[in-house]
Amino acid sequence: MAFTSEQMERYSRHIILQEVGVKGQKKLLNSKVLIIGAGGLGAPAAMYLAAAGVGTIGIADADEVDLSNLQRQIIHATKDVGKAKVKSAKETINEMNPDVTVNTYRTFVTSENIMDLIKDYDFIIDGTDNFPAKFLINDACVMAKKPFSHAGIIRFQGQLMTYVPGEGPCYRCVFKNPPPKDAVPTCKQAGVIGAMGGVIGSLQAMEAIKYIVGVGDLLTGKLLTYDALKMEFRTVKLPKKVKDCPICGEHPTITQLIDYEQIECDGK
Amino acid sequence: MADYVIDERVDITDVVCPMTFVKAKVAMEELEIGQVLAITMNDGEPVQNVPRSFKEEGQQILKLIDNENGTYDLIVKKLED
Repeated sequence: MAFTSEQMERYSRHIILQEVGVKGQKKLLNSKVLIIGAGGLGAPAAMYLAAAGVGTIGIADADEVDLSNLQRQIIHATKDVGKAKVKSAKETINEMNPDVTVNTYRTFVTSENIMDLIKDYDFIIDGTDNFPAKFLINDACVMAKKPFSHAGIIRFQGQLMTYVPGEGPCYRCVFKNPPPKDAVPTCKQAGVIGAMGGVIGSLQAMEAIKYIVGVGDLLTGKLLTYDALKMEFRTVKLPKKVKDCPICGEHPTITQLIDYEQIECDGK
Repeated sequence: MADYVIDERVDITDVVCPMTFVKAKVAMEELEIGQVLAITMNDGEPVQNVPRSFKEEGQQILKLIDNENGTYDLIVKKLED
């Protein structure tokens, strides 16, 4: 595959980089990334991956764009309120970069559909806002041997880590089980500063790009936390893969995916 | 007699920085290790920057030839893939 002169110019700042170059850009164009959740995290992640020329981007989200989303979900615009998020996201990406094929899945991820959703993708981005989905994505990615980026944001705080099969701990090694119902507030209840999604979602895109291109060190075995009020980034070294982890351990006890109960929330 | 054989040529006189190096780099990608690329470039900025950029990437600059018409031919041997 040779670059068109338009592609040469579009990706010139990547091609100039020794770490990316022509080969890295071709890897990006041939890669497939699935983003689960087209919200605060998924929106910037999807936009940077699209701009980078990730050839196929899948977006899974069951929701419609709400006015209260627009404070942080920058892939959607005021005119998109009421539209399916996956449709709005696809339109934004199509306008940005014609090299990208966007596959949309207007659904919540469940134990029934997730294995099918992730199977054709090289890297998964968890841009969800609830623990049941986060554990489901972890367990499915471990089972299907897919690398993924976990992230979470609330108030002025964000965190992320990367799982690569065979390297470092999985999300469940670190966090074991979802917290009890109502023990942890959601973004809807607690609020979140809009730019937090931009910071952490962009870091997720960065991890995906580095994984695809094959450069640098990923956040495997490490949890990066960001406190915006203190303006502090910390990288916490995580314990090695837990031997008796119920999903990625030596003798997994979770052999079927679990749909944990969603926390009820009336807010938007 | 030149002590090298040019395997491929690329003309980057139709573009400006940073596309000069980008176009040259894309052409270099097609070569095998050990092959030689001749890059025709305008005097000025490209002559300053393109050889340095290739050197930084580990390629070998063999020669810079003044074509005496405002352009130069940079002869580069591919050492790094």
